[in-house]
Amino acid sequence: MSLSEVPHPAGGCPACVAAPAAEEIAAKALTPGPQTIQLSLPTIHCAACISAVERGLARAPGVREARVNLTLKRVRIEAETGVTPEALIGRLDAIGYEAHELDSDALAATESDAVSRDLMMRLAVAFFANMNVMLLSVAVWSGAEDATRDLFHWISAAITIPTVIFSGQPFYRSAMKSLRGGRLNMDVPISLAIILAVALSLWETSLSGHHAYFDAALSLTFFLLLGRYLDQRTRASARSAAQELAALEVPRAVQIIGGTETSVRVSDLSPGDTILVRPGARVPVDGRVVSGTSEIDRSLMTGESLPVFSGPDTPVHAGEINLTGPLTVRVEAAGQGTALHRIADLVAVAESGRANYNSLADRAAHAYAPVVHLMALAAFLAWMWISGGDMRLSLNIAVATLIITCPCAMGLAVPAVTTAASGKLYRRGLLIKSGTALERLAEVDTVVFDKTGTLTMGLPQPQDLGDLPTRDVQVALALAAGSAHPLARALAGAGDAAGLRPARVTDVSEVPGYGVEGTWDGTRVRLGRADWVGATPVPATATYLGIGGRAPQAIRFVDTVRPGAETAIAAFHQAGARILLVSGDTQAAVASFAAQIGIDEVVAEATPEDKAALVSGLSEAGRHVLMVGDGLNDTAALSAAHVSISPATALDAARVASDIVFLGKDFAPLGDALTTANSARKRIKENFAISTVYNVVAVPIALLGFATPLAAALAMSLSSITVSLNAMRLR
Amino acid sequence: MDVLVYLIPASLFLGILGLAAFFWALKARQFDDPEGDSHRILTDDYDDTPKG
Repeated sequence: MSLSEVPHPAGGCPACVAAPAAEEIAAKALTPGPQTIQLSLPTIHCAACISAVERGLARAPGVREARVNLTLKRVRIEAETGVTPEALIGRLDAIGYEAHELDSDALAATESDAVSRDLMMRLAVAFFANMNVMLLSVAVWSGAEDATRDLFHWISAAITIPTVIFSGQPFYRSAMKSLRGGRLNMDVPISLAIILAVALSLWETSLSGHHAYFDAALSLTFFLLLGRYLDQRTRASARSAAQELAALEVPRAVQIIGGTETSVRVSDLSPGDTILVRPGARVPVDGRVVSGTSEIDRSLMTGESLPVFSGPDTPVHAGEINLTGPLTVRVEAAGQGTALHRIADLVAVAESGRANYNSLADRAAHAYAPVVHLMALAAFLAWMWISGGDMRLSLNIAVATLIITCPCAMGLAVPAVTTAASGKLYRRGLLIKSGTALERLAEVDTVVFDKTGTLTMGLPQPQDLGDLPTRDVQVALALAAGSAHPLARALAGAGDAAGLRPARVTDVSEVPGYGVEGTWDGTRVRLGRADWVGATPVPATATYLGIGGRAPQAIRFVDTVRPGAETAIAAFHQAGARILLVSGDTQAAVASFAAQIGIDEVVAEATPEDKAALVSGLSEAGRHVLMVGDGLNDTAALSAAHVSISPATALDAARVASDIVFLGKDFAPLGDALTTANSARKRIKENFAISTVYNVVAVPIALLGFATPLAAALAMSLSSITVSLNAMRLR
Repeated sequence: MDVLVYLIPASLFLGILGLAAFFWALKARQFDDPEGDSHRILTDDYDDTPKG
């Protein structure tokens, strides 16, 4: 915030203006803090949310100012140095708002979104000029004659010419670019119509003619700019969504320099540095463990649901999660060099292939643009021949044809619908990253789901605890209370919920990477990995309980189903889609889960390559596949699919590869997305039909030379308004 | 019809005034959070810093 934006302290009171001290005090209170923190708040939606978040944050120590932007679902915090985003996120979590940190550097680019402001400025000028010229035209249509008509035409010309030069620039530039490339796009007939209409009207005016098309040229500019602005706004919000997501995972690491720990950006690390990875943290780099033992959760990278052991000299990769003990890691590759980034790059290459998708608007423009030109030229030549060389009459008719056939409503047909649809889905927590994603989603007939982290929450729940003797369970609970491992925490939580009290176990200590041990009734008890407890591993996510010399028992875990998953699957079933569940997990686990959630077709033990091959196989068989996944093992399949969706909790690579990202935990909006996409596609087609009908009626009138500027203005406005209203009927 | 000599410039001037007001609002970033602003009017909190 700059000082010029500081509000005046006390309205228009002259004494305050005379006393700059008062302003200075006000300015001081708002001076930006030494650091700006930005958080994304996917769940805020109302006035009460704004107050709650701003008040909650303002009470946090060190926060100078917090300002929510509800449109972008973001809060910007000016704070003292030393205030950490984690603390603020924790505070928001406590009052019930999910928050993610955003990288301020990456956001700087979105904030200065000058293009949209520039378009709005041109739009405002076009609107102003259009309204004034329209008023003057009304006088001409109602019968102003001779000198008065000429005066009105000259004033219209004086307003129109500078406006058309200023406001029409986006069209001229795009038309020039396409002509230089030897192609025709929608902007060529648009530019031609605007320029020819103004030139002809100027000529007519200088000859004191009856018909001038200044108002038509301006309405054309205004309506098409409106379409362009809507389109730009949709794409800008999609782009900012992509940037926001790239910024979601703030790359920071704890570096050890000469025995002291300092928090640094991952981009500042270089191979050979030593970093500390705390339990529960994500490994930020590729490297090798120097000291410490722990377990590593690789599920996002490989789909393995069982954590693996890691000790000195085992390699770790960026994106994996450290579970139990602190690890000191020597950096081998950071940032762009990591396995994670290499995969992200591969995906970017795969994705560029899909950019060739031919959208409805492209196809319409391709068929339509040549017709417009040929028709106007034909009208000109025909009337030259009929009238025996009357240049003025022929040109008048040609320009009228050009204005009437100009794709005014078509320019609005698609942007109006996609804006309405993405706005609707954004409010339900779905970010549409790609402009054509909704169109492609409407074509989907096959849905492929990933299991772990997508249909399940990645939150394990202990299974059949009741089968174990209660006393054993109580021992397990006592041991579990001593660890922060996700399985231990889930076990402790389930014990609480069942009302079981932990047994009295003494000397509880965690052995990072292995488990927890203690003493109960004089016997040694252990809870942890199979090999450490001395058990034979079972083929499922499990932890093992060893009591003294008795045979160790396995406690199995199943993942919790994501809320709304069944609703979404039912919605896809109803839409007649074929649904498949593909997972890297074991056959038994996947099959039982599929039965529970209502999916018939199951592919288990699939490697990332299997997943991608399955999706491309289905595509080759002519099916349009929707892939829903979150892990790195899904990214290839996500890029290969016709359209793809991933949750915001997925890794960067998976989010980059997908067209739609949903914030929040609930899956139910997925079914709505399908409904909205189908509805949007229907509306776009209807809008094209409306424009076509209007052309079919109006073009013969223009060709026969009966079109007046009044008829052109009426028809143009009516068709644009009908198309916009139709877009708003979107469900 | 002589009155047009005053009326047309006057109406154009007023229109330009409106356009200038819009430009000012655009420059002053009043269109940055339209949704939030429409909700803020409903809260009882005193807004110390009306612009973000």
